[in-house]
Amino acid sequence: MTAPSEQWVGRSVPRKEDAPLVTGTGMYVPDMNLPGTLEVAFVRSPLPHARITRIDTSAALALDGVVAVFAGPDIRDHVTPLVLDQEAPPPGLEAADPQILPATIEILADGEVRHVGQAVAAVVAETRYLAEDAAELVLVEYEDLPAVIDPEAAKQPGAPIVYENVPDNVQARYRIRVGDADGAFAKAPHTLSLRVRSQRIAASPMETRGVLATCVGEQITLWSSTQIPHIVRNAVANQIGAAQWQVRVITPHVGGGFGCKVQVYPEEVLLAHIARVIRKPVRWVEDRQENLISTGHARDQIHDAEVAFDDEGRITAVRDRFILDSGVACPYPLSSAYNVASHFRSMYAIPNFAIDAECVLTHKMFNLPYRGAGRPEAAFVMDRIINSVAQALDLEPVDVIRRNLIPDAEQPYRMHMPYRDGKEVVYDAAGFPRIFEELLETVGYDEHRRTRDEQKSRGVHRGIGFGTYVEGTGVGPFESGQVQLDAQGRVVVFSGCAPHGQGLETTMSQVVADAFGLVPEEVVFRAGDTALIPYGVGTFASRSVVTAGAAIFEGAERLKARIRAIAGELLESDPADLEISGGEVRVKGVPARKVTFRQIYRAASPGPGARLPKGMDPGSAEAFYWVPPTVTWGFGAVAAVVEVDVETGVVDVRKLVIVHDCGRILNPQIVEGQLEGGLVQGVGATMYEHVVYDDGGQPRATTFLDYLLPTSAEAPEIIQRHSETPSDRNPLGVKGVGEAGPIAPPAAIANAIIDAVRPTRIQLNALPLSPAVVAEAIRVAANPSP
Amino acid sequence: MTLADFLRGPLALTGTHLGCEHGVCGACTVLFDGRSARSCLLFAGQANGHEVTTIEGLGSREKPHALMRAFSEMHGLQCGFCTPGFIVSAYEYLRENPAASREAMRKDLSGNICRCTGYLKIFAAVERAAEIMAAEGTRR
Repeated sequence: MTAPSEQWVGRSVPRKEDAPLVTGTGMYVPDMNLPGTLEVAFVRSPLPHARITRIDTSAALALDGVVAVFAGPDIRDHVTPLVLDQEAPPPGLEAADPQILPATIEILADGEVRHVGQAVAAVVAETRYLAEDAAELVLVEYEDLPAVIDPEAAKQPGAPIVYENVPDNVQARYRIRVGDADGAFAKAPHTLSLRVRSQRIAASPMETRGVLATCVGEQITLWSSTQIPHIVRNAVANQIGAAQWQVRVITPHVGGGFGCKVQVYPEEVLLAHIARVIRKPVRWVEDRQENLISTGHARDQIHDAEVAFDDEGRITAVRDRFILDSGVACPYPLSSAYNVASHFRSMYAIPNFAIDAECVLTHKMFNLPYRGAGRPEAAFVMDRIINSVAQALDLEPVDVIRRNLIPDAEQPYRMHMPYRDGKEVVYDAAGFPRIFEELLETVGYDEHRRTRDEQKSRGVHRGIGFGTYVEGTGVGPFESGQVQLDAQGRVVVFSGCAPHGQGLETTMSQVVADAFGLVPEEVVFRAGDTALIPYGVGTFASRSVVTAGAAIFEGAERLKARIRAIAGELLESDPADLEISGGEVRVKGVPARKVTFRQIYRAASPGPGARLPKGMDPGSAEAFYWVPPTVTWGFGAVAAVVEVDVETGVVDVRKLVIVHDCGRILNPQIVEGQLEGGLVQGVGATMYEHVVYDDGGQPRATTFLDYLLPTSAEAPEIIQRHSETPSDRNPLGVKGVGEAGPIAPPAAIANAIIDAVRPTRIQLNALPLSPAVVAEAIRVAANPSP
Repeated sequence: MTLADFLRGPLALTGTHLGCEHGVCGACTVLFDGRSARSCLLFAGQANGHEVTTIEGLGSREKPHALMRAFSEMHGLQCGFCTPGFIVSAYEYLRENPAASREAMRKDLSGNICRCTGYLKIFAAVERAAEIMAAEGTRR
């Protein structure tokens, strides 16, 4: 039994999740073993845009072991397409004039295909081998239709239309005006403009998507590798015409998500339908090629930015127009596109700001938020602007950063524009100059500045560059937490979040252990199952520690009050005189007078044995739904140290230093892990990763030999410095951290390369920064065309 | 049938994971006569007469291998999907290089992709396992 004063929050408690995962006894969707499970393989479109003129499934059905084949016409009367208006603008967002048309995601193509990889038919067979062989026997005839692949071409009059309900291919747009940007430009002594591109990315969790569905009686159960089980449940029930109670969605172990599993997918809806028709367990496990072409991509933005600044490099205004290449849909325009606006100005005091965004449809895979969700794209533009201002005025970039950072005296800083929840962006943060100076000291910037010319003379082209970020975290609309006692006297926690690697079982157990005077191993935490709790949102957007954490914290406080009241009844004592720890309630100063949680549970149970204070309903569970007032702002800055081979353009990212603030830290080791993993994903997005489509709309990076993820050989040294300013927007004082890592590396690394090749003055404004891109930038700068 | 599918299906040894099925990610790594191999690129029949060791052969919940304990202790995993393959590769690495050096490890463990950790805590876990194994006098 532990002392009640023991504090678990703030300590690197070992993860409760690990024992099955390290021993190979985890249970991911592909590992499940339900007797008689049939396996599903998909026939997918080989063309970006075509009319289906004929589907012949007879040869596939004739193969021994094939149970059924489903094509679009077969499900037309039973399953409806996903028409997504899942990000309707909330009140307060009128100032941004958002115009969002519903995005359509078909379950199986019916009539037309609109991107390579779109599901056309599903084959159900006794084994996956058979299903895949049979899928090759499904004959589909297509008539080519004109496709539009380039998003700028898609906006031109006469361009092929992707969906009829989006007549100009612009599915969503918004515009924001803060201050008077045009006036500031007219008065500015200097202006410059940049075209900045963030490439198309595949989130690439190591576990692909997968679904196992059963139908027993009227009960449909889906085990899905998703980040949003409750949202999947609601959508599946709606699309297949089932009552909500008939559908239960469970996330077993999930092998990463990073945003690409924050969407209800056609395969989830279809597998539920197939299980309902065939009445046997059916499973589909995505292969990696499918994952790279049929799981939502991300980013893919083209920015035209302009900046107005004075002689000292103080920025007076920024104007930006950008296009987000949505592919066939932008299901989350407020996350993918609007986040760009609300995070654009980062830590900088820029009084005049104008931004215009368009989410443009093309015949490619749809575009989802991926770790950072608009923030890395915005931060890349903003810190390339800062660096370009320095280059234009022949100033040190660090001095331009310093001159533009929001001083502490101006915090809490108002951005005079709404966040995507409709509330004004007001930073609940301070210390931007402080963390930036700490960053310079930690990375050894002064030493670098003293020695860089001498290093260059020895042929070592080493550079240091910087990127900054702010991050609105813990976005609503809500998250759920239910804290209860079970009959064995355990404290059991249910939540609507859906952890898949974040360690929430551990961190939430730390929070609850502190509330009840327990050790974290004694707390039972369960999530990722719609049967546990009626409402839930999910785990994404750096939100769970904030929103589920607050819900669980408040639920625990309510349960403690209930326990005290019942114990007061049992012990004939004033509840205020009671203390709770170790699964017992004791009268302070009289430790022998006590009741156990087991006794409390019995006393709280309905029936004649109940012993409850007057007026209290039976029960030993308290649910709480945390609705955040608005987001809480994490922030940080990253320095990259690179060495560049100026002949070949090969860049060695040697070190990343991050100084960050994510509010109160529940578990330092887990926060470090989140940042390290995020930073290395940032290296991947900056240097290697690129979902390439050719001009004909064919994806060209469909294996891990072409889509390059960082390996251990590319992982730089990472140094972290933590600042801890508690948030006052939630009871735990926490801010989210999941997405912090990948936001700043693109700008930091690009700016470091630019520093490394000085005095040659180059621009690096399009990701990824492959050796060819870097070498070409150096060549162009060294030999300017006449 | 591939060796990976044979292990996972008929033998129900689902600790060997499939991340890409084309020999890049390393999640399916097993020891084939003691040497690491991608079980997604081998046919089950090729294993006839050979010794195959999977994650399940290295340790269990009841008797976890030093690497399993060290991965947990040093937070060398998040989602856990790549972890069994990584531990099998690290097992071979430590057998050949009992005194783990980080610079060598960066190259030698680059055949396993982890999307969550950024690798640094995996290096720390392998170093920690080397310490535990030295202290406990185990070579493997």
